[in-house]
This record gives sequence, C-alpha cells and structure tokens, in this order.
Amino acid sequence: MTSFDILQFLAFVAVTVAMAVPCAGYLARVFAKAPVFADFLFSRIENAVIVIAGPQMERQQNWTAYAFSALIFNVTGGALLFIILLAQGWLPWNPQHLAGVNPAQAFNIAVAFMTNTDWQSYGGETTLSYFSQMAGLTVQNYLSAATGLAVAFAVIRGFARKENPALGNFYADVVRVTLYILLPLAFIFALFLIWQGVPQNMHAYVQAVGLEGVKQTIAQGPVASQEAIKMLGSNGGGFFNANGAHPYENPTPLTGFAEMVAILLLPVALVLAFGRMAGDRRQSWPLITSMTVLFLVVLAFGVAAEMEIHPALAALGGHANMEGKETRFGVFNSVLWTVATTATSNGAVNSMLDSAMPLTGIAPLFNMLIGEVIFGGVGCGLYGILIYVLITVFIAGLMVGRTPEYLGKKIESYEMKLAIIAMMIYPVCVLGGSVISLLLPAGAASITAPGPHGLTQTVYAYASAAANNGTAFAGFNADTVYQNVVLALVMLVGRFGVIVPVLAIAGSLAGKKATPPSTGTFPTHGLMFTVLLTGVIVMFGGLTYFPALALGPVAEHLSLFAH
Amino acid sequence: MFQELRASLSIVILFTLITGLAYPWAMTGLGQSLFRHQANGSLVTQGDTIIGSELIGQNFTTDRYFHGRPSAAGDGYDAANSSGSNEAPTAPDFIKAVAARAAALRANGSKNPIPADLLTASGSGLDPDISVAAAQYEAPRVAAARGLPAPQVMQIIAQNTRPRTLGFIGEPRVNVLALNRAIDMLETKAP
Repeated sequence: MTSFDILQFLAFVAVTVAMAVPCAGYLARVFAKAPVFADFLFSRIENAVIVIAGPQMERQQNWTAYAFSALIFNVTGGALLFIILLAQGWLPWNPQHLAGVNPAQAFNIAVAFMTNTDWQSYGGETTLSYFSQMAGLTVQNYLSAATGLAVAFAVIRGFARKENPALGNFYADVVRVTLYILLPLAFIFALFLIWQGVPQNMHAYVQAVGLEGVKQTIAQGPVASQEAIKMLGSNGGGFFNANGAHPYENPTPLTGFAEMVAILLLPVALVLAFGRMAGDRRQSWPLITSMTVLFLVVLAFGVAAEMEIHPALAALGGHANMEGKETRFGVFNSVLWTVATTATSNGAVNSMLDSAMPLTGIAPLFNMLIGEVIFGGVGCGLYGILIYVLITVFIAGLMVGRTPEYLGKKIESYEMKLAIIAMMIYPVCVLGGSVISLLLPAGAASITAPGPHGLTQTVYAYASAAANNGTAFAGFNADTVYQNVVLALVMLVGRFGVIVPVLAIAGSLAGKKATPPSTGTFPTHGLMFTVLLTGVIVMFGGLTYFPALALGPVAEHLSLFAH
Repeated sequence: MFQELRASLSIVILFTLITGLAYPWAMTGLGQSLFRHQANGSLVTQGDTIIGSELIGQNFTTDRYFHGRPSAAGDGYDAANSSGSNEAPTAPDFIKAVAARAAALRANGSKNPIPADLLTASGSGLDPDISVAAAQYEAPRVAAARGLPAPQVMQIIAQNTRPRTLGFIGEPRVNVLALNRAIDMLETKAP
C-alpha cells in the first residue's frame, strides 16, 4: 500500500460519513412523514398515485398483509420485466435490432432485478435494447431498492410500536421511498456522472475509424440514468457486459470514488437513522461499530492478498497482478470497490474478480456468506443485521440467565425460531445449491477453470445469488438453461426466505408490551454487546463456510505458490 | 384481492412511466443540453470522421503507434462487446498468455522489467489508458519506427500523462489515443 492508497481510503470514509449524516436525518424525516424540502412536488405525485392505486394503499397492514403485498407487488413487477424482455424485438428504442431474450435467460434477468440481485447472465450491449434497459431494468432498480427500504421501515415499526400489530402499508412505503429518496438522489448523481463522461443518449452504436484505419463499433445508450440508481439502490446490474470496469460506466477515478460513496450512502444512513427511528439513538452505535470493524478487517485482508506478486509476473517485472483491472483504478481501488460492493449487496464490479489473486476471493465471499450485513443492501442490510442482533441478545440472555430483550421487547422462542430460519436460508442455498450444481453435469458444465478455482466459481455464483449480491466470478458460464433457472430460484429464496420471517418477527414484536429497562436488562448499546455481536457474525459466517473456503481459494493459493 | 392487484399493477405501471421513461428522458434532455460532448460518448473527430472515443481504447498494432493493453473484448477492443478475459490466476492459459506477451515485448532483446499492465488484459477490454511506465517501455520502439529522438518522445509522454485526480485519487496514466495523436501532430509539424 502506498500513502496515496491510505489517503484515498480516508477520503472515502470522510466523504461517505459527511454525506450519510444529513441523509440519515432526511431518511428519518421521510419515515416519520415530517415535512421535507420539496413536499409540494412529491406530495402531489404521491396523492395522484393514491387516487389511482385505490384504497389498498391507505390501510394499516399487519405482518401477513404487508408480506403478501410485497410478494404480489414484486411478482407483478417481475412479470412485466419478463414480458418486456421476451418482446424486446417488437418494442421501440432498439437501434441494434436485438432480438427478444430467450425465456430461461429472461426469467433469470427478471428475477435478478426484482430481487435486487442484478446477477448478470446477460451481456448488456449485446443482449438488451435501450427500452429494456430503461423501462425494464431501471424501473426494477428503483422498485427493488424501495422494497428493501419499505421492509426495513416495517421492521423498525415492529420494534417501536407497542401492543399494535400494524406495520404500516407496503404500497405507501414503496411509493414514498421511491419519490422522496431514490429519485432525487439518482437525479443529482446521474447529472454528475454525465459531466464526468458517462453517455446519456438514444443513438445507434457509433461507427468509428481509428488512426490505423481499423473500424470500431462503439456501443452507446442512456447509461448515466441507469448507472446512478444502479449504485444508489445496491443493485449493480451493468448497462454493459464489463459493468463498472467499462469506461462508459465508470470513466474516471472520480466516478470510481463517487460510485463507491453512492453504494454505501443509503445503507450507512439507514443504520445511523435506525436508532432515531426506533426511539433510542444509542442503538445505532453497536451496529455501526461492528460493521466498520468487519469492513476494515476484510479490506485489509483483501488488499494484502491482492498485493502479493503472482509468480508468473514476478520474474518479468515484479508488479502486482493487473489482469482484469483497469489502469485508472489500479490495484487498491479495485480491491476497495470489491469489498464495498460485496459488503453492501451491490453487484457491480470495477475489476474482474475471476482474475484476482486466489485469496482475494475470500474477502467478497466472506462478505456475502455472512448475509451482507456490513452495512448491507438498501434496507436489507439493516433487517439482516437485526437478525444477528436478536441471536446475540438471545445468547447473551442465556449467559446471564435473564429473558432476552431488545429495545424493550421480550425476545421469545417464536422470534428465535424465525430468526434461525432466516439465518439458515443462506447455508442451505449456498452449500446445497453448489453441491447439486457440481454433481449434475448440466451444472458442472458452467465451470471454466480447472482445479480449486472451479469450485470457487460455483460457490461464488450461489453465494452471490442467495445473498442477492450479483457480483460474479464471470468466467462461470451463467447463461445456460440450468444455471439461469436454478440461480433464479436461489435468488427468490434468498430474498423472500428472509423478508417473510423478518416481517413475521416484526409483526410479533409490534404486538408486544414494552418492558421498561431494569437493572437486570442486558444493555445493547455498549462495548460488550458490540464485541458479542461481531463474534456472532464471524462465527456464523466463518465456521459454516470454512470447508468450502479451504477447498477453493486456500487450496488454489497453495497450489499457485507451491513451486 | 382485486384491490390488491389494482394497487400493485397501477403502481408498477405508474413507476414504469416515472422512473423508466420520464426520468431517463429528463436526464437525456439535461445531459444533451449541459454536457453534450460527454453525453454523446466523448467522441473524437478528425476532419469529418469519428476516429474513436476519448474513453474507449482502440487496437493499435503497428510499431509507429503506442499500443494499449491486451484486450479480451471480442477479437480485441470490440467496443460493442466489452469483456475481461476472466482467466483464473492459476489457469495454464493465463500463464501461457503472459509468457507469450512477454516474449513479444522482448523480441528486440530488451531485458527491462515489463510493467504488469502490458502483460495482462484489462477488465473491460476497452481500457483507454496505459501506465506511465508502460508508455516509457514502449517509447524506444515508437521513436525508432518514426525516426524521432527518444527524449522528444519521452517529453510527449510527460505532456500526456494525467495525474491522480486531486493528487491522490486513482492512478497516473496515459491515454493511448491522445498520446498517439500527439505523436502524429509532431510529425505533421516537423519540416
């Protein structure tokens, strides 16, 4: 690491915090329905939507109704995207005359965007028309992020409400979050990106003739509008195949920096706002501290692993591996981006992870395997870590022999059972899915690298799908009927298999009486709790997947440096 | 159930109009009026022809020009098919490819250390830049092919080096297309 790398990291932290703090205040105001700066505009649109959407948008919903609405809404959006992709050939704004997407891949893309995964089985500029990118992918980038935030809002209400099982209204939350939070942020960010060089046009691909007389076809499109929400909404699906490594998606070091800040902005702000929303500001600190410590450890590990010199390069110049990396970002920014995106459920890449050094792969894998709770995706990061919080509170309760409580609510066996179900979804999907894919010829055919690396490719794909991340070891051939369908199913289970139990927990807690804290209450805002929480996260994540990591990245590392 | 479907469908359709059409159109309108050059892909023209984009690398193969990085996009620098190689660090193909690139770069008998960016394919396959060290490594070849004095070529490289943004963000780099155009200009100016 050079002093520039350290400076970049410090600036990254400083800018992220400086922007997340006001953003947290704004989130809390939107959550509390307090007046905000552009109320006159947003509230008019909001009221118009209420008139059209009907009375269902104004009811208070208990957890089953809330979850049901979330499911219906997501299925509706996913189905519309699926149809758009199939019908692409007949739809407008398709200057390259790209044909309709085949059904298996269209299913995969629709599920990937609806679940906020943004897994890329498609190739961007070679698969999708401008209409599909705008009216299809961009829309789901908004709505899937809004779904995550809405569920997080409902969960916070579950903790804050007393003897009132209503969690709010899903539709009202989604509309509010999209209009008040996502649209204004994306608007500003898209303008910044265009200024920096991200294209925003509807032209056909440009034909150029280079200095040596060689013809070059250069893909164009409405890139900036999609890129902005792709980063802010922890989505990550690329406009182009090369995603954030493509110079049109990420043209300068400054866009790289700003896109990383945008990835973390809402997740960090939501954790900061959580305490305020739940009625006890101190409760944000253990979460923030634990997340920051884990982020630093994973980043340090990744940077150290990637700076190791590849034996094949050692004799030729002794520089760090640049395969799959862009010159303007270099090694450090590529690793920082990788850690930031996988911590937060954002599927964007600015370097090709498949070509990174073997041990580096452990950093993003760990982030995803613990369920993306180091800040996490928009909304899902917060409700993800709250599952860990409940488990930690429960374990702490067992140790001191008291009834576990969190935010004044008793945590009982019903909540614990649901928390464990939400927790077990990941290992079942990741390990089960990987094993089946490896055993079946149709699944194993997707592997493109020999030895332990092939195992890592498979585990990575299933971890990314289950955790709704979307990054990939992109050599893995994901565009087969088997992987398109099975990975889509894993994404669905990984998304709704967590959302439903989490809402059930929230519903149960909302109906409970508040217990005033007594001298016997285990405090959940102190250092002791922070350490316990971090330990629980590491143990669940580390121990469950240790064998897979040992046989994949570690074995590959040992074989690379053995001779 | 009817009311549930009505709410779902109408919100999905309304937001398809708002976030899927109105928002990208607004951005396109604003982008085209405020930052026309960038919004249209930062294209570079010479006379009437588009010779490429500032941001998109292109394939240079002759000795007279600086070469960009190895590219895995299509058959090389296919700007309608971006891609990295996705070769694993342990893949025999990767190790062979690095050795072959090194052999080509050392065909003139040079034993200088080779910058890693000339030995490895970029993430997008369209990297417009090379490192400063890479440009300096290639300088003797270009100078010889054009009959230019080496210090003059080095000076052009220095003039076309873009520093870290604000002094610390990203990496210093040289845009290959801009560098090659500057070298071309030098020859047309020379008597």
